[in-house]
Amino acid sequence: MNALFPVAAEAPDLIISAPVMPDILLPRKARGRVIGFVVRHPAIAMGGGLLFVLVLMAILAPYLGTLDPTAVAPAQRTRVPSALNWFGTDPLGRDLYSRVLYGARVSLTVGFCVAISASVIGLAIGLVTGFVPWIDNILMRVMDGMMSIPPILVAIALMALTRGSVTNVIIAITLAEIPRVSRLVRSIVLTLREQPFVDGAVVAGTRTPMIVLRHILPNTLAPMTVQATYIFASAMIVEAILSFIGAGTPSHIPSWGNIMSDGRALWQVKPHIVFFPAVFLSITVLAVNLLGDGLRDAVDPRMAKRM
Amino acid sequence: MLVYILRRLMATIPVMAVVSLLVFCLLFFAPGDPAALIAGDQATPDDIERVRLRLGLDRPFFTQFSSWLARLAQGDLGSSLFTNLPVAEMIAQRIEPTLSLMALTLTLAVVIAVPLGVAAAWCTGTWIDRVIMAVAVFGFSVPGFVVGYALAYVFALELNWLPVQGYTPLSKGVWPWLRNMILPAVSLGFVYVALIARITRASMLEVLQQDYVRTAKAKGLGLVGILFIHALKNAAVPVVTVIGIGFALLIGGAVVTESVFAVPGLGRLTVDAILRRDLPVIQGVVLMFSFTYVLVNMTIDILYTFIDPRIRY
Repeated sequence: MNALFPVAAEAPDLIISAPVMPDILLPRKARGRVIGFVVRHPAIAMGGGLLFVLVLMAILAPYLGTLDPTAVAPAQRTRVPSALNWFGTDPLGRDLYSRVLYGARVSLTVGFCVAISASVIGLAIGLVTGFVPWIDNILMRVMDGMMSIPPILVAIALMALTRGSVTNVIIAITLAEIPRVSRLVRSIVLTLREQPFVDGAVVAGTRTPMIVLRHILPNTLAPMTVQATYIFASAMIVEAILSFIGAGTPSHIPSWGNIMSDGRALWQVKPHIVFFPAVFLSITVLAVNLLGDGLRDAVDPRMAKRM
Repeated sequence: MLVYILRRLMATIPVMAVVSLLVFCLLFFAPGDPAALIAGDQATPDDIERVRLRLGLDRPFFTQFSSWLARLAQGDLGSSLFTNLPVAEMIAQRIEPTLSLMALTLTLAVVIAVPLGVAAAWCTGTWIDRVIMAVAVFGFSVPGFVVGYALAYVFALELNWLPVQGYTPLSKGVWPWLRNMILPAVSLGFVYVALIARITRASMLEVLQQDYVRTAKAKGLGLVGILFIHALKNAAVPVVTVIGIGFALLIGGAVVTESVFAVPGLGRLTVDAILRRDLPVIQGVVLMFSFTYVLVNMTIDILYTFIDPRIRY
């Protein structure tokens, strides 16, 4: 090295390194598609990647060295993690590793279903209320009332009425989320309605339903996707809370909230029962939130700087 | 000013009416026969019929709703199916721990989150900003009860600094009360801090670009003066708004946090009521929390006019 660059070795201060080329000037090939995407959207890549792994884990749960998550073994109650039971066992001797892996199915299913159904219903309500004033007046008063009840209480109250089942949990959380989604869509619709391209469509004689479908709906999809990921995250937390306080997923189904609920009485002596589902829940929610933040920044770069 | 406050007060009436209607529907449309539920397991069909007549459960929806509303206006929330105590009394017995928890969390969250948000806005783009925002993302992602267990494990079980669970009334001294409340308040406040810090940062970033901030800088005002007197005051409206909206998180979180830390408050009452399917109690608690939420947000709307005198509706 010294022979090649004697000056550099003797007087490092004098070296002026070549200016770092801005990202866009780098040759396209050098970046590569995947790496380029990761560099431009680290949050999407990280959150999406993590979520992908967790989804795979939930789907492949039976093949990942799990035992029957509901098999009771009273002789092996509350064991600490070992080679046989990787995460230990719960107060009924059930294998925690298997329960946590199968629990991912419940959380992800609830999160996904709530995100989709709340978005679709919220979109429909938002679009209608944005264009039909008399429905707007009635529905928005109802939504005001619903929004005044904290969402988790709506879900708790609804679950108190019905028998616990995964479907009911999904319905309860969806109903609790709808007011906020429809408010958001409505506000987007009201802004869009004033845009010149909508005026143009009106002048061109396009009918209102067509304007809604062709011009308004596509423009709400990007912010709605972002919102849907946040609903996904909050639905998973609400499901865990509901199960934890005994008003959610029926206790025979392994869900993260249920596992924590099982470990609640013993957590001071056997903290591992609460620990593993808690960590998995937090990582999953974090992954979805990261994905949401990344999508939000990609959709609206102006927001990226502010938030 | 007075007109505005009055108008804002009036505006809460329809919202509260809708809330009452929704909460009433909850019991009215409950699957199963409420009369049979109240009469108990060993009731004969005659008993059930008698209960139905006594409570007027055979009357049409709006008759029942108006009589329920009339009783509500007198502070009568019905009585528990389980203990037969009036729901209002049960709530009154449990309100102190919950109120303490919320007040402490609110104070703690604002005191911590606002300076964090201001710091992140001032140092935008640096590692300080990034660390604060990363912490905020964690705050959104880690559920309150998980934080609660983690904190309790470290500070109560391992280090033995604070009590693990329970509640001491304020009447037994401030320090014993505070000792029990610190861990629940911190775990409940985690998500709230994240929310407030994020909005404070966003709002401050906008304000810091304004001309008067440059003027303040030019006239040689200190950093604290610029940030906390000139800028924060003008960035306050969104921050105060989110404190109000986030109050819903606080209410929801209290239900769970009280379960984790065995605090005998309204959250515990709710959980117990759910496990026993004690619908009047659930109804009462939901109604009470929702009215509180409406009133908090109304107060905040009124506060706007003091923070920013330009706001007039």
